[in-house]
Amino acid sequence: MVLGVSLTACGGSSSSGGGNLSGSIRVDGSSTVFPLAQAAAESFNQDQGGVKIAVGESGTGGGFQKFCAGETDISDASREISPEEVAACKKAGITYQQVQVANDGIAVVANPALGVDCLTTDQLKQIWNKGSQINSLSQLDPKFSTTKLSLFGPGTDSGTFDFFTEKINGEKGVTRESYQASEDDNQLVTGVEGDKGGFGYFGYSYAEAAGSKLTIVGVDSGKGCIKPTVATVQDGTYAPLARPLFMYVNEKSMAKPQVAAFLTSAVDNAISIAGTAKLVPMTDAQLATAKTQLATAEKNAK
Amino acid sequence: MTGQRIADSALRGMRRGERTNRRALIFDILMYGAIALALVSLLALIIQTVVKGAPDLSLQFFLNFPSRINPANSGAQSAIVGTLYLMLLTAVFVIPVGIATALYLEEYADKTRWWNRMIEVNIQNLAAVPSVVYGILGLAFIVRGPLGLGPVLLAGGLTLGLLVLPVVIIVARESIRAVPPSIREGALALGATKWQMVSRQVLPGARAGMVTGIILSLSRAIGETAPLLVIGAASSPRFNPSGLGDAFTALPIQIFSWTQDPNPVFVNQAATASIVLLGILLAMNGVAIVMRNRYEQRW
Repeated sequence: MVLGVSLTACGGSSSSGGGNLSGSIRVDGSSTVFPLAQAAAESFNQDQGGVKIAVGESGTGGGFQKFCAGETDISDASREISPEEVAACKKAGITYQQVQVANDGIAVVANPALGVDCLTTDQLKQIWNKGSQINSLSQLDPKFSTTKLSLFGPGTDSGTFDFFTEKINGEKGVTRESYQASEDDNQLVTGVEGDKGGFGYFGYSYAEAAGSKLTIVGVDSGKGCIKPTVATVQDGTYAPLARPLFMYVNEKSMAKPQVAAFLTSAVDNAISIAGTAKLVPMTDAQLATAKTQLATAEKNAK
Repeated sequence: MTGQRIADSALRGMRRGERTNRRALIFDILMYGAIALALVSLLALIIQTVVKGAPDLSLQFFLNFPSRINPANSGAQSAIVGTLYLMLLTAVFVIPVGIATALYLEEYADKTRWWNRMIEVNIQNLAAVPSVVYGILGLAFIVRGPLGLGPVLLAGGLTLGLLVLPVVIIVARESIRAVPPSIREGALALGATKWQMVSRQVLPGARAGMVTGIILSLSRAIGETAPLLVIGAASSPRFNPSGLGDAFTALPIQIFSWTQDPNPVFVNQAATASIVLLGILLAMNGVAIVMRNRYEQRW
C-alpha cells in the first residue's frame, strides 16, 4: 500500500490529484471520533485525491441509525454497538466489522480554586447522581472546599454523557438535572475555568488542551487515585473513565476499493492520526488487533 | 365659586398632565433603552466576530479546504461553494413555483371555493413553521422515503426551497395585490386576454416587490443551519460538490462544526467564516435594495 502510493507519487502525478481510486465514502457518527476520521480522510486524500470522503458528526447513536439504514459506509463510535442497534442492522441485513482506531478518556475537571486533587467514584456518583443535593465538596468530606459548586457537563446527545453516566451513576442517562449542559466542549472548558466553584467532566483531550487553567481531578475506583494520562487511558487503569474508540464498517462497503483502502490507511496511520486529532493513540497490541479486525472485514467483503 | 371650580379642574388637569408627561418620559426611556440594547448587543457581536475572525481573512481562506492536519492553512472553499450552489438551487426551485402559486391565488383562484381558502390558510401557517421541521420533512420525504435522494446537494436545495416557499408566495402575492385594479381593467378594456394582462401588466408591475422578497428569502435560506444538519450535510469536506448527487456542506454547517472543535484555531476560523457569511448576506440585501429602487413603480 505504502509502496504503491510512493510509486504513484514518483510517477509525477500532481499533489492533489494523485492516486487511481475514485468514488465516494460516507462516514458519520461520534463527534469524539470526528476529528480522527477527518484527519484520516485528509491524509488519505493526499495520496488519493480522487476519493470524496464526506464525514459527518451526528453522534454515535445518530451514526448507527444511518449505518443500519445502509446510508453510510463507516460509522464512528465512542462505544460498542448496542443490542438495539445490532437488531436494527440485522433487520436491514447489514453485516459489519468493528475496528478499534484510538482511545479516549473522560477527564473530571475542577477550577484550581477548589483545590481538589482526587475523588473516589463513589464521591463522583454522590455529586452527579439523580436527585443529588451536593452543592459543595465539603458535603462529601469536611476537608474539602466549601465553595458553592457550579457544575458543567456534556449534553444528553453526546457519547461522553452516555459513557460517564453509565460508569459513574450506574445507568446510562441517569444524572442530576441541576447542571449546565452543552454539546460544545469549549463552553464547558470556559464555564469551569470562569467560575471559582467550576466542576465538570468532558473529553480528556479538551482538558489537556486547556492546560493549567483547569485542575484535572484523579479518580479512585478502589485501587488508589489515578489521573488520566496517555498511558493510564490506553491500558485502562484510569478506570472506569477510559474507553476505546471504533469505526464500524459495512462489509458490503468493504468490497468498494476506495472504502477498503481508506480504512486500511486509517488503521496504518492510526497512531499519528490520533495525535493530530488530540485523542489517545492505540498501543502496539491494540494496533495489531485492529489490523486483524480489518483483515476479517476484507475477507468478509461482498 | 365657578372660578374656584375652574382653578381646581385646571390644577387636576396639570397634575394629570404631569403624570402623563412622566409616563411619556418613562416610555421614551424604555423605548430608547430597548433600541440601544438591541444595537449594542449586535455591535458587540459583530465587533467580537471581526476581532476574532479578521486575522484569518485572506485569499487562502477562500481557496483552501478545511484541514485537520494543518489547521493554520484551513479554509472554507467547500462551504462557500456549497452555499452558492444551494442558493442557486433554491432560487431555481422557488422562483417559478412561488410566483406561479401567487399568480394563481391572486388572479385565477376562485376565493369562494373552500380548497382555495384552505391553501391560503395553510401557506400562512407554513411560513411560521420552525425551520428544523422542514429539515425533518426533507429527511423523511426527500433524503429517505419517496424521493430517496440521500443527503446530497439536490436534497439540500429542495429542503431550503420548501422552507422559503411560503414566504416567497406571500411576498409575491402582496406585490401582485399592490398593482392597482385600474391597470388590470384598463388592459382588459383594451382587449387584452387574461394572460396578456397578467404577463404584460401585472407581472412587470409587481416585479420590484417580488425580486426584493425573493432575495431576502434566499438570504434567509443560506443562513439556515438546522434543516441542513437534520438532512445530513457533511462536516468540513475537502471537496466541492461536482453534481447534484454529491455530498455537500454550507457556511452555517462549517461554522457550527468549527465552533465545536477543541482546537482554538478552528474557533477563530468559525468567526472568519461568519464574516464571509455576513458579507454574502449584506451583498444580497444590497442587491435587493438596488433592484427595488430600479424597478419600483409608482401608480
